[in-house]
Amino acid sequence: MTATVPNPTAAGQPPAPTAPTEAASLAPLASLAPRAAERLNPAAPAPGLPKAPGSMSIRDVSCYYGSHLAVADVSLEIPGRAVTAFIGPSGCGKSTLLRAINRMHEVIPGARAEGTIALDGADLYSKGVDPVAVRSKVGMVFQKPNPFPAMSIKDNVLAGLIIRGAKPRAAAADELVERCLVRAHLWEEVKDRLKKSGDSLSGGQQQRLCIARAIAVQPDVVLMDEPCSALDPISTLAIEELMRDLARDYTVVVVTHNMAQANRISDITAFFSLARAGEPGRLVEAGLTADIFSAPKVTATRDYIDGRFG
Amino acid sequence: MTATLTRQAPQHAPDAAATLAASTPSWSRRAKNRAASAAVVAAVALTAVPLALVIWAAVERGSARLDLTLFTHSMRGVVGQGGGLLHALTGTLIITGATAIISIPLGLAAAIYLTEYAGGNKLAAITRRAVDIMVSIPSIVAGLAAYALFSLILGPGTRSGLAGAVALAMIMIPVVVRSSEEVLRLVPADLREAGLALGSPRWRVIRKIVLPTALPGLTAGAVLGVARVIGETAPLLLVAGFTDAMNYNLADGRMATLPVFIYTQWSSKGLDTAAYDQRAWAGALVLMAVVVVLQLAARALPPQIAKLRRNR
Repeated sequence: MTATVPNPTAAGQPPAPTAPTEAASLAPLASLAPRAAERLNPAAPAPGLPKAPGSMSIRDVSCYYGSHLAVADVSLEIPGRAVTAFIGPSGCGKSTLLRAINRMHEVIPGARAEGTIALDGADLYSKGVDPVAVRSKVGMVFQKPNPFPAMSIKDNVLAGLIIRGAKPRAAAADELVERCLVRAHLWEEVKDRLKKSGDSLSGGQQQRLCIARAIAVQPDVVLMDEPCSALDPISTLAIEELMRDLARDYTVVVVTHNMAQANRISDITAFFSLARAGEPGRLVEAGLTADIFSAPKVTATRDYIDGRFG
Repeated sequence: MTATLTRQAPQHAPDAAATLAASTPSWSRRAKNRAASAAVVAAVALTAVPLALVIWAAVERGSARLDLTLFTHSMRGVVGQGGGLLHALTGTLIITGATAIISIPLGLAAAIYLTEYAGGNKLAAITRRAVDIMVSIPSIVAGLAAYALFSLILGPGTRSGLAGAVALAMIMIPVVVRSSEEVLRLVPADLREAGLALGSPRWRVIRKIVLPTALPGLTAGAVLGVARVIGETAPLLLVAGFTDAMNYNLADGRMATLPVFIYTQWSSKGLDTAAYDQRAWAGALVLMAVVVVLQLAARALPPQIAKLRRNR
């Protein structure tokens, strides 16, 4: 399926057949993967910088539900191979914008988005672009873990292929399942019960299964909509470690209500807010996470981070 | 604050105990409660009594003819004792099978349209209203409609098993639409979103995620739909007609069915009336057994299917 869409990341990754060794080499690789922030201009990321593959450029994006403007005029650079966190009070449109990035926003009847969102320079909203193709390049993990109950753990990982009617050979399928589950830090826990239903897993395991399912279709970007808000602290920690790890190969964008989490895991933080209930959400400030949390430029950002509202 | 609470708690405890002790229901309240309980139990018993009586009557009068001949012979050339309902049982299975083959795909397709595609549009509203009306159509009217349809196409007075199946489909389709729609709505929306987010078209998400997830419920709904039409008499009397002989051909000629068999045995008795009555009751017993088996299957199937899928 990647053959139809040029994959800018292919050059940087080991080819698929060698992937089982990837698990063994995780540890040494980790030290070679500096937080993407170190590669970025300390100023807020701006167009024209040398971009890592998988970088996204959001320009003048507004999102509507019918005639209701939910997100207004957001422009934001999302660096490739890094974790970008969207924070802000409820109703500020961060989840809406996230869903607009892989064109899941328009799935809701009456919902639409304006503006351009480009992945490696290609506008995902230009005419003739199939939203289905967009979603195979920009995957998504949801707030509530949602493995498919009628499928085994193994089939859940392969779900992207199964749904599309692709029939991978047994060996290739096994290899893909192992690679994705290893990547999602779940392999050791489930390797002996791959044929069991995903329902038998704990919430945190289910969420990691959903992450394995999302990366099995080889996206460039993984969007996560409050992926830990339904999980206990231990499971949350596991997902947070996984998000950092994923950022070596994928662009990760995460919506979170947990500011400590945003501070721990993200390279870039974007703060959204709204003037009052019913007003559209806007991007207030975006920049390196360290800067946003230590020296925000806008008072509203500081107030939110200090816990004065939201 | 916590400290204050723990200091106060013991002070409140004796009060609470005293309140509870004094709260024994009064005599009149207990009496009312007993009377209401008795009334509800009596109502349940009243509802169950007719069912028990019907079952008892069918067993008592029908078991006399519950022999091998009943299941191996038709009524061809039989006057008086002997004979069986093989032709009617076969006809019921063929016609009901054809009804299911017509109704399940159409009903399921309509339900998929209503839940997955229509949203709140006008066609959906019209479809839902039409289904509501179809549910309440008297079955004889469905029979008349099928009779008229086949008379127009094949000439007046045409009777066939297929016409019977079409009449029954008019009754079964709305049942399937309603039960399937209900079941499809139970499939969580986030499963559809997860499927879409994997980069697959909506129809594939429906085929590979929504339908397999809903399959146990869909099966149960279809089986209940079959159970609903298998006992229909009026439309079949009208369009499938009656015969004493075997007929395996849906498209050609009259075809006997169990309900119509029961009716004709009772309504047109020969000289040996007892033989006809016994056959009618035996037919009733067999029909009830078939319906009960279907109802039980509808209940038993879901977990079995779910388990099959888990172990796959």
